[in-house]
Amino acid sequence: MDTGTATPKRDAAPMDPATLSRHLCDVAERRDKAAFAELFRHFSPRLKSYLLRLGGSASGAEELVQETMVAVWRKADRYDPSKASASTWIFTIARNLRIDAYRRQKHPEIEADDPALAPEPDEAPDVAVGRGQDAARLTEALSRLSDADRSLLRMSFYDDLSHSTIADRLGLPLGTVKSRIRLAFGKLRTALAQPEDDI
Amino acid sequence: MLPTQHLSDALLIDYAAGTVSEGWSLAIATHLALCPACRNRVLAAEAIGGAMIEAIEPEPVSEDALAATLARIEADGESEPRRPAVPPADTLFPEPLRSYLANAGGIVWRRLSPSAQTFIIPTGDRSTTARLLKIAAGAAMPVHSHRGLELTLVLQGAFHDEGGTFARGDIEEANEEVEHQPIAMPGEDCICLAVTDAKLRFRGLPRLLQPFLGI
Repeated sequence: MDTGTATPKRDAAPMDPATLSRHLCDVAERRDKAAFAELFRHFSPRLKSYLLRLGGSASGAEELVQETMVAVWRKADRYDPSKASASTWIFTIARNLRIDAYRRQKHPEIEADDPALAPEPDEAPDVAVGRGQDAARLTEALSRLSDADRSLLRMSFYDDLSHSTIADRLGLPLGTVKSRIRLAFGKLRTALAQPEDDI
Repeated sequence: MLPTQHLSDALLIDYAAGTVSEGWSLAIATHLALCPACRNRVLAAEAIGGAMIEAIEPEPVSEDALAATLARIEADGESEPRRPAVPPADTLFPEPLRSYLANAGGIVWRRLSPSAQTFIIPTGDRSTTARLLKIAAGAAMPVHSHRGLELTLVLQGAFHDEGGTFARGDIEEANEEVEHQPIAMPGEDCICLAVTDAKLRFRGLPRLLQPFLGI
């Protein structure tokens, strides 16, 4: 419905990563339903859009959005804000549920408590890359990529295409696609590794 | 010792985006268990997924979606119990591989040659074959090339081939362009997780080694 305003009102003030992360921690620690509702308002239209792009029907996508958000509620105590932004953590939940729903397969993952897990060496050089506070920096770095590089990453994350399928689609040698992905990913990781002041 | 042979960025992004099928992801995730450096790279790759979710054009959900979700939470919203951390009998097979082997009812080795044994690991993925390979210390695999991709993750011992030396936690990515002959290092039998999506191509396989043709 046209409300006469230029921007859709729900997204008029998108929430910043720190707020989203705090809401998610409130859900984990206090089972806070108001915080959950805020997360739902922010994420459910984005998750629906993501799931629709990956080939779900409108009703199927809506169902998976609800499943994802129920899983967010149930697993919130496993969210570690030092490792990932709320968006990243919720993305991985939606990813796993859609693989299960659309492909009837699992997405095998490490087990955080596994005694066989090789421990983190102290101060690994890459250790900061996934952290929540880096979300804004990553968005900025993504916007600085060339259109071609960004479109490669979009084909992976939005179109569910593996790098070998991308090579087939674009008619490029596999090695070319692999090195373009490596360069693009390298730029993003370099941007993430910069200290705050360098931006 | 931490692994020195890692996953390519392309496969790592495939895993983070969820575009590769279960067999590949089993090998990738088991490498991640043994490789903190690649775990960090996956966190970075998943962060791209998070940034893309933020940047996507939102699609309105139905008016009652929040109420419906809250109702589901009311009905069954206890937090999910974490899996109890039972120390495994040995740590040779990290998760997620350990659970796949347990679901298979344990390992039953099948002999390929006097120096090689195999066990096929059941997965939900019909496009790939995941197997354990055990090569006797010092023994050589037959020379082979690939019709598709082969991921080989070392779990015990070590092997070397044209691509270098691979020890516990190291992963080798071999495609159509690679012809190699993995040779187990002396001292200890080499156990690997190998995932393929097409049969290997063996060069001049002696009759004694015909069982390898199934791989």
